[in-house]
Amino acid sequence: MAKTYKEINEKIAAGKAVVVDAEEIIDIVKKDGLKKTAEKVDVVTTATFGPMCSSGAFVNFGHSTPPIRMSKIYLNDVECCGGLAAVDTYIGATQPGEKTGIEYGGAHVICDLIDGKDVLLKAYSPGTDCYPRKELRTYININEMNEAYLYNPRNCYQNYGAAINTSSKRLYTYMGILQPNGQNITYSTAGQLSPLLNDPYFRTIGMGTKIFLAGAQGYVAWYGTQFKTSVEREPNGVPVGGAATIAVVGNMRDMSTEYIKPAVYEGYGTSMFVGIGIPIPVLDEEMLKYLSVEDKDIYTYVYDYSDRSSEDNIIARVNYADLKSGCVEINGRKVRTSPMTSMAKSRQIAAVLKELIQKGEFILNEPVMKFPQDNKLNSITIREKSKRK
Amino acid sequence: MTPINKVKVMLIFPSMLAAEPISYYLVKSYDLKINILKAYVNYNVEGRLLIELEGTDANIKNALKYLKSLNIKTIKNGTGTYIDFDNCIACGACIAACEPGALKLENDKLVFDGTKCLECRLCEKACPERLIKNVFNQR
Ligand code: SF4
Ligand code: SF4
Repeated sequence: MAKTYKEINEKIAAGKAVVVDAEEIIDIVKKDGLKKTAEKVDVVTTATFGPMCSSGAFVNFGHSTPPIRMSKIYLNDVECCGGLAAVDTYIGATQPGEKTGIEYGGAHVICDLIDGKDVLLKAYSPGTDCYPRKELRTYININEMNEAYLYNPRNCYQNYGAAINTSSKRLYTYMGILQPNGQNITYSTAGQLSPLLNDPYFRTIGMGTKIFLAGAQGYVAWYGTQFKTSVEREPNGVPVGGAATIAVVGNMRDMSTEYIKPAVYEGYGTSMFVGIGIPIPVLDEEMLKYLSVEDKDIYTYVYDYSDRSSEDNIIARVNYADLKSGCVEINGRKVRTSPMTSMAKSRQIAAVLKELIQKGEFILNEPVMKFPQDNKLNSITIREKSKRK
Repeated sequence: MTPINKVKVMLIFPSMLAAEPISYYLVKSYDLKINILKAYVNYNVEGRLLIELEGTDANIKNALKYLKSLNIKTIKNGTGTYIDFDNCIACGACIAACEPGALKLENDKLVFDGTKCLECRLCEKACPERLIKNVFNQR
């Protein structure tokens, strides 16, 4: 028997919805079967907490008197985007500080703002007739600004390649430290708990889906950049290796640094751990089947990060049950594995979201636009001449 | 003959206490061979001493009791590697760095086995939250 969003939301509002997380659902389905469970369970919560570089925040500072049209902007000496209107900016999470480098960058500014701390704003302008001020230096915090919202163009990867290094030199990458001679593998996803792995064809996740974003109730804003749906899939529909992503938006004033944190990856740069939880309605048995996916049935490729000159650098194909066990066998040799995504935090978020829904404080939103089903990726072809005549 | 044992102990002592007389008493009163592996003394805050004690079980035990009576914290198999567990998000990035296998995740928590730690300090670089330090060599 199929359920509608309306029916599920009525149950949530009445405090009667049956909610479990995407790990708990696996055993429930094994025990009670798809049919019975689809009737019983209304919502399954999914979550992830991993480093997501393609993140940032839009803020509007408000005007000073006399006003300034900011073209060079720094917050705590981290440069922000000056190409918008007079007092709007975008703080990119990976932007390194002018003096602090990667140890304090855009992600740190964003988290300091969320914490309500004062940050130093420095802005410069050539000055115009309507915006005469040429320089501004002041301390400011989130409560003194107008809007401050996180807008991350590419978060929540559906699946992601694992990393190994077969060279004789240690590598420092965004996939962490990769020891020489293929001694270790790192991987980055929450696997069976991860949002987009539980809805592989985007039946319920689309533009307007309400989500838990770093403690706030945010939304899926669009499909993420480098959105890839035309991919190799397992029979269960789950993509093998990197696939789709989502763009997310949410009010920073409602966020908490319990669920969003700056990250520094040695030799690579600043990034940001973003905590995302997505509730998925159990609309019917088909949806439940996707939701009961297990780590052992989710596969990814292991890529050799010592060879970035070709795309043909796949070393092995592994599943997440093996990756999460701490050790996988590659060509008859045992290789130790370690994550980049925090399962502890992911589970915490899935549990918090579950509780919010159980208490009737988080109502689901039906997406207003579906995402493209057959998207491929373009890459840069380097050419000398413009094609235009 | 009573068997001779070796233990590695980290001593954390209050600022006012100097390391010298302690090692003297450990040798004299408890008949221990001591080997100072590492020392870090900040006279305003605290001192740390990583030592190896060699002697009979009974003497080692009594020596540890003596140290405790002086308000010195003793950590068996301690190393200079210090992890701020309170803020650890158990992401696992440090595990990739640790070749000797001193770090691992257990029930969603990071666990550290000091006996395996070689103080290579690679995990300090790996931690994206910058929670790992070496108390003997602060950066
Ligand atoms: S200092 Fe080296 S050996 Fe010790 S825990 Fe860190 S990485 Fe492992
Ligand atoms: S890298 Fe840092 S935050 Fe991550 S598990 Fe290790 S100590 Fe904890």
